Amino acid sequence: MILHEFFITVGARIISFMYFLGGLFNLFVQTMYQIFVPPYRKDRIFEQAKKAGFDSLPIVSLVSLFIGFIFALQTAYFMQRIGSEIYIASLVALSIVRELGPVITALVVAGRVGAAITAELGSMQVTEQIDALETLASNPIKYLVVPRFLALSLMLPLLTLYSDAIGILGSYMICVFKLGISSSMYLRVTAEALFYKDLFTGLFKTIFFGMIIALVSCMEGFNVEGGAEGVGRATTRSVVFSFIMIIIADCFFTALFYFIFP
Amino acid sequence: MIEITGLHKSLGAHKVLNGVHLKIEKGKTCVIIGRSGCGKSVLLKHIVGILKPDKGKVLIDGQDVGVLAEKELNAVRLKIGLVFQGGALFDSMTVGENVGFGLIEHDHIPHKQLLEKIESSLSMVGLHGIGNLMPSELSGGMRKRVALARAICINPQIILYDEPTTGVDPITADSINELIKSMHDKLKITSIVVTHDMKSAYKVADKIAMLYQGKIIAEGTPDEIQRTKNPVVHQFINGLAFGPITETLDHSR
Repeated sequence: MILHEFFITVGARIISFMYFLGGLFNLFVQTMYQIFVPPYRKDRIFEQAKKAGFDSLPIVSLVSLFIGFIFALQTAYFMQRIGSEIYIASLVALSIVRELGPVITALVVAGRVGAAITAELGSMQVTEQIDALETLASNPIKYLVVPRFLALSLMLPLLTLYSDAIGILGSYMICVFKLGISSSMYLRVTAEALFYKDLFTGLFKTIFFGMIIALVSCMEGFNVEGGAEGVGRATTRSVVFSFIMIIIADCFFTALFYFIFP
Repeated sequence: MIEITGLHKSLGAHKVLNGVHLKIEKGKTCVIIGRSGCGKSVLLKHIVGILKPDKGKVLIDGQDVGVLAEKELNAVRLKIGLVFQGGALFDSMTVGENVGFGLIEHDHIPHKQLLEKIESSLSMVGLHGIGNLMPSELSGGMRKRVALARAICINPQIILYDEPTTGVDPITADSINELIKSMHDKLKITSIVVTHDMKSAYKVADKIAMLYQGKIIAEGTPDEIQRTKNPVVHQFINGLAFGPITETLDHSR
């Protein structure tokens, strides 16, 4: 009996997730269409790019710097045992550029920007502002989703690039000032470890992470029902689903690059 | 002219509109009365095409709103101003940007002309010189009037009011009624007012229609409605706690 209920619950969750994916795909198609429909309003994209990109710099700096510190120290624990401290630089550089930088930045942006988008659009939905947009002959997807979609898919790679640099700086500080590796040696090993391909695979997937954050947060915002409580629930769902989708997409791209472009 | 024929709409399992028929002549004000939650706002949303009917038609000057493509629908929408119950002002914009939104987005008129138009719309609702305030700085009554200014700024031929006097003090309510009347008298605008405020209904209406259980059960001039023999309408307009409306509710429980 318990097993029966368990399967019913799991089945219901899977069906609701499929609906969610369907809604997301639908919004994606409509957004792609609206991107090419005039008028093109650059000012709105810049405004969103500032909110999503520039305003995220402090938190991304903080998180990336500490990730750099932590990762250098954790790697040092093992590398010192086998007497290969110098390889901390290459290991940290590769891990940050290929994986940690993109994912950590995406998660930070999903938490900071995605949640804000859902709360904003959700409040607009509850107070009928989205209906008001429609009655004033403005398409809500064109007006609200397109600028956020473009801004996030453009800014996330740039933020990631910045996060990579700060993460490597954090590790550099630990290695040079704490573990006694020379500065020139550290930079040389880092440069030797990294290929353009590493940078490309890291940054390419963040374009999709940006799209995921924008679409999930906008869709959850549009679907808000039931006042302030509904906005709260949608914001939580938006962050949780963004995290899940980012991790799934990350796994997909990592496998893709590993097997197809080794 | 607005012509609604056989309009049906269900939201979830709940049948909200169940065959609404209503005709509103050009330049006339029709007040739709009914209890809260009886589908009045849903009806308004069908007229601007935000909701699509399950069955039936909404014709505006002969065009079926439910089947129009986006471009044509937007052209129809620019003929209609909808004043939302809570105002639905865009809270990220100033009052001026809110009022001029339709013109900024669609008309691309020169800046000076735009400012003049915004100011004249605000003056019409008695709120001269507040264009730089944010909606959060306004009282409930002012928000409703700004919403009306936004609706009239696009020079509509039709204005739809969703409970314009709900939640404001009696003096503001009366000034809103006067505004609705002046839109009708001066600008010859076709209006639909959705309300359950009978004082307001008698004051502004050329015609009153009552929506009950998803249908228009009575329509007529304010005088005809006041003299009605229909027990449901009688209970509603006189605000009686006991009568057929509340009995039906008791039975359904």
